[in-house]
Amino acid sequence: MKIHEYQAKAILHDFGVPVPFGHPATTPELAEKIAEKITGRVVVKAQIHAGGRGKGGGVRLAEDASEAKKIAGELLGQKLVTPQTGPEGSLVRQVLVERALEIHRELYLAITLDRETASQVVMASAAGGVDIEELAHLHPQKIHRFFIDTALGLRPFYVRRMAHALKIGKQLLPSFLQVASNLYSTFIARDCSLVEVNPLVVTGDHRLVALDAKILIDDNSLFRQPEIEAMRDPEEEDSLEREAMESHLSYIRLEGNIGCMVNGAGLAMATMDMIQHVGGAPANFLDVGGAADVERIEKAFRILMGDSRVRGVLINIFGGIVRCDRVAEGVVEAAAKLKMVLPIVVRLEGTNVKEGRAIFRKSKLAIETASDMLEAATKIVRSVQEAS
Amino acid sequence: MSIFVHRETKILIQGITGREGSFHARQCLNYGTKIVAGVTPGKEGKTVDGVPVYDTVERACARHSIDASMIMVPAPYAADSILEAVEAGVELIVCVTEGIPLLDMADVVRFLKGKNSRLIGPNCPGIITPGACKIGIMPGPIHRPGRVGVISRSGTLTYEAVRQITKAGEGQSTCIGIGGDPIVGTSFVDLLALFQEDPETEGVVLIGEIGGRAEEEAAEFIRTSFHKPVVGYISGKTAPAGKRMGHAGAIISGGRGTAEVKIEALRAAGVRMAEHPAAIGETIRKVLIENDDGKEDEKRV
Repeated sequence: MKIHEYQAKAILHDFGVPVPFGHPATTPELAEKIAEKITGRVVVKAQIHAGGRGKGGGVRLAEDASEAKKIAGELLGQKLVTPQTGPEGSLVRQVLVERALEIHRELYLAITLDRETASQVVMASAAGGVDIEELAHLHPQKIHRFFIDTALGLRPFYVRRMAHALKIGKQLLPSFLQVASNLYSTFIARDCSLVEVNPLVVTGDHRLVALDAKILIDDNSLFRQPEIEAMRDPEEEDSLEREAMESHLSYIRLEGNIGCMVNGAGLAMATMDMIQHVGGAPANFLDVGGAADVERIEKAFRILMGDSRVRGVLINIFGGIVRCDRVAEGVVEAAAKLKMVLPIVVRLEGTNVKEGRAIFRKSKLAIETASDMLEAATKIVRSVQEAS
Repeated sequence: MSIFVHRETKILIQGITGREGSFHARQCLNYGTKIVAGVTPGKEGKTVDGVPVYDTVERACARHSIDASMIMVPAPYAADSILEAVEAGVELIVCVTEGIPLLDMADVVRFLKGKNSRLIGPNCPGIITPGACKIGIMPGPIHRPGRVGVISRSGTLTYEAVRQITKAGEGQSTCIGIGGDPIVGTSFVDLLALFQEDPETEGVVLIGEIGGRAEEEAAEFIRTSFHKPVVGYISGKTAPAGKRMGHAGAIISGGRGTAEVKIEALRAAGVRMAEHPAAIGETIRKVLIENDDGKEDEKRV
C-alpha cells in the first residue's frame, strides 16, 4: 500500500528520524497559516502517490507565507503531470508546507526486502537527490548494497560500513547511526516493503534530516497495521480497483476493450496474453478466486461493466474442485439479473463440464462456449470486432 | 520414482479442522494420500474423517511417523505453524496459505537455514505425484502418471498446463507449485536439480510469471547444468509495470521482472517456449517425441 509523503514523514518522526517542520494543507489559506509559523523560506510540495513530482513542477520554493499561499493555490485542484503519472496527470488535493533547509550534502538511504535472499537490504549512495533508478542504470557502482541478516537486525557494524562507503565523518557518525537504526525500526515495526529517504540531507549546521520520504507497506500485513490502513487515501486509487478490493476480488484496469473474468492470478494473466496473441486487447486483470459463486460472479460482472470501454467479456474458469455446473448457473443468473447485452464467451474446464455447457445452451442469453483458451479468445475477439 | 512424495509418504495437516483444511483433507484422502494426523490447537482428541487431531505438531510427531506436513492455517498464524513444523523436524513442509506477511516469511527462511526441513510455498497449490500422493489443493483427476515434471509459480495455470499435458497423451512424474509470493521456500533451481536425478522425469514444463528473478536463475541453471528438455511459458506479457497482478510476487518494479527478459533468458538457455498458454501440452509432447527419436538415433551405429 502506498501512503503520502506527509504521512511517511509523520511515521518517521514517531520513530525518531529528523524531518523538516511542516504540515499538510488542503486550502491556500491553511498553507499560508502553516508557512507563517516558519521563519524564512518554505517548500510547498504536491501530495500525490506518484513519484517524479519535482520534475513535474510539484515541488516549489516560496520566500514567504503569501507566496506559499499563492503556490498552494496554483497546485491545489490542478492535475500534476510527472514522469510517473502518465499524460493524464494526477489531481492534487493536498500540499505539504514545510521549512526549507540549507543543504550541504544529499545522500540516499533506503531499506527494502530482497526477494532472492529473503533478507532486508539497505541501499546507500553518496549521490542522493537524483532518480535512483536512473542512477542504478547509469552508475551502478555508486549504489552500495548491504544485506542484513534478519536474525541480527541492523547492528552498528553494518551502519559503520555504510558510513565509510558514504564518506560520513566522525562528527556525523553518531547521528547517522541513530538515523539508520531508526529507519530500520520503522521498517520492521510498520511491516514496510520499502522505506526510502531521498535525499537524506546534511544541513548547513551539520544535522541529518529526511528531506523526502517514501514508504510502502506490505499489503499482507495490513491486518496488524490498523494505523496504516487508516492512512489509505481512496482518492488516489482507481475507483473500480477499490470497489473490487472491497469485494475481495483482485482487479486491475488496463487499456483494452475485452473484459476478463478468470479464477487464479496466473491463469488470469495467461488469458490476457492469449487475447493479445489473437489480436485483441484485454480491458483488465480480474481474479475471482477459488470460490466462483453467484455473488462473486455478479460482483465481477458489475466491476467489468463499470469500465465503459468494455465491448465483450471472456470468462475462463478452470473448475477443478469447483463444479462447472455451479459456475454456469452463477454466470447465467448474474448475466440475466444484470441484463447483459455484450457478447460473452465462456470457457469452463473441470468437473461436470458437460452439465455446465448444457446450462448455457438452455439459457436464452447470447453466451458462447469454448473448449479451450485459444478458441475462447478467438471467438471473443471476433465477436467484438464484428460488433464494432 | 518421483521427487519428494510417493505412495507411502505419511502426512500431517496443520489446520485440519478449518473449513478449507477439512475439505482438502478429505480430497487428499480420497486421492489415496496417507494422512496420519492433524493439528489444530485446542482440538486434541477430535477426529476429521477418522484422522486424529492433536494440539501441537510435537505431540502428533510423538505418536506418528510423519514425513510431510501440509499447512492450511490462516495467514496471520501460518508462519508460526511453519516454524513449529521445522522445529519438530518435519522434513517436507507444504504451505498452501496465501497472504502471509513478508517479514514473517523472511524470518521463516532465515530459520530454515541449516535445518533438515524443506519448505514448498507459501501461496502454492502444493505437490502431487499422480496416482500416488497428493499434498495440496489441486484437482486430482486431471493428472496422469507419466514422464513430465511440472514446476510453476501459479495455481490454476498449473492445472491448465497439466490438463493440456494429459490431453496431449503424456503424463506427469511430479507437479509442484513453488508459490506466487516474493519470498518462497523452494526455487525452480532446487526442483530442477531434483528432476535431473529422477529417472522417471524425462522432460520438464516450467511455468513462470512476471516479477523477481526466479526464471532467470532457472535459465542459468538449465544452460549450465540441466540435461533434460524443458518447455517454458511465462505469463504477464500484457501486464503493466508497477502493478501487482494478483500474486504478491507478480510485479514489474523498476523495469525489472518483465516477461520479455525472462522469455529471452529461457530461450537463450535452450528452453522451448510455448507460443501461447494453450500450446503448453502439445509443445512438451512434441519436444519429448523429438527427444525419443534422438535417443533412437544414438543407438544406431
